[in-house]
Amino acid sequence: MARKTPEVPATSLADIAFMLLIFFLVTTTMDVDSGLRRKLPQWAPDQEQEEEAEIKERNVFVVLVNRNNDLLVEGDFIRVDDLRERAKEFMANPYNDENLPEKEPLEVPYFGEQMVTKGVISLRNDNDTQYGTYLAVQNELVAAINELKDELSKEKWGKAYADLNIDQQRAVKMIYPSRISEAEPKGKNF
Amino acid sequence: MSKFRKDDGKETPPISTASLPDIVFMLLFFFMVSTTMREVTVNVKQTLPDATELSKLEKKSLVSYIYIGEPKPSFQKTFGKAPRIQLNDQFASVGDIPDYITAEREAREEAERPSMITSLKVDVNTRMGLVTDVKQELRKAAALNINYSARKRAER
Repeated sequence: MARKTPEVPATSLADIAFMLLIFFLVTTTMDVDSGLRRKLPQWAPDQEQEEEAEIKERNVFVVLVNRNNDLLVEGDFIRVDDLRERAKEFMANPYNDENLPEKEPLEVPYFGEQMVTKGVISLRNDNDTQYGTYLAVQNELVAAINELKDELSKEKWGKAYADLNIDQQRAVKMIYPSRISEAEPKGKNF
Repeated sequence: MSKFRKDDGKETPPISTASLPDIVFMLLFFFMVSTTMREVTVNVKQTLPDATELSKLEKKSLVSYIYIGEPKPSFQKTFGKAPRIQLNDQFASVGDIPDYITAEREAREEAERPSMITSLKVDVNTRMGLVTDVKQELRKAAALNINYSARKRAER
């Protein structure tokens, strides 16, 4: 009668598994890439300048960033920290100030007829501006619009903008469109 | 009484390690599933800027990366200290971007192409001139969805 084969020892299984485990632990990168989402305008040579000329002065919020990373907003010299408030004031224009952008009536679902701002934020930077500053400015401008959207959705539905459904989000977006236009940077001017 | 003191004097038996492999395998599978291997080695210095209004890039398969920054010390002899563009594993110039975008587009399914995102991983100290050139090339190549890669900043 043949002898029974002895059982394979399983004690080293743990060691092998550990080795694999350590390999995967070391090679793992769990970071999810995050960032500021923007959409570039369509490529259309020689059209931008004309388009820009059509917009009235009071409807444009001019943000200039120079090569020393200083900010000039609507002719005032301000810090990045104050930019958000200025941009919010511009986009909301709560008291219909004459120097702030015009509004036009627009039929918005959920809200009925609303006065919607015609304001456009125009961002222009120098070729020597640091990317860090540029992104900080972009971030503040996006934050300003996002805060306005959030305030409006809290007022209307008591929820943050991110928690609304798609139709509601679309309605809020109609009232506060994010219109940030970037002019071609100038080389050595201003 | 003696019934309960049977083992008196004897040593406690060793804990069975038979289930150890199972536990380790469980961990192993977790890491295997959650791992994403780095596809490119980044040859430029990267200190990403901080921002608050971030959104996550959920579908990694749709993202193509453009790295911009000063070359790492080991590359500075050949490429100098000025910020450079890196596409895939090589340093590139602005003119190479359309080809890169086309290649990335070819690699995706037709249905996925409109929702492709280009993630710009740019060092904080880069001058905007270079970034603007890259953006113009992206516009020409009609890769309009972009993402300025940044880290989360604690709200002030």
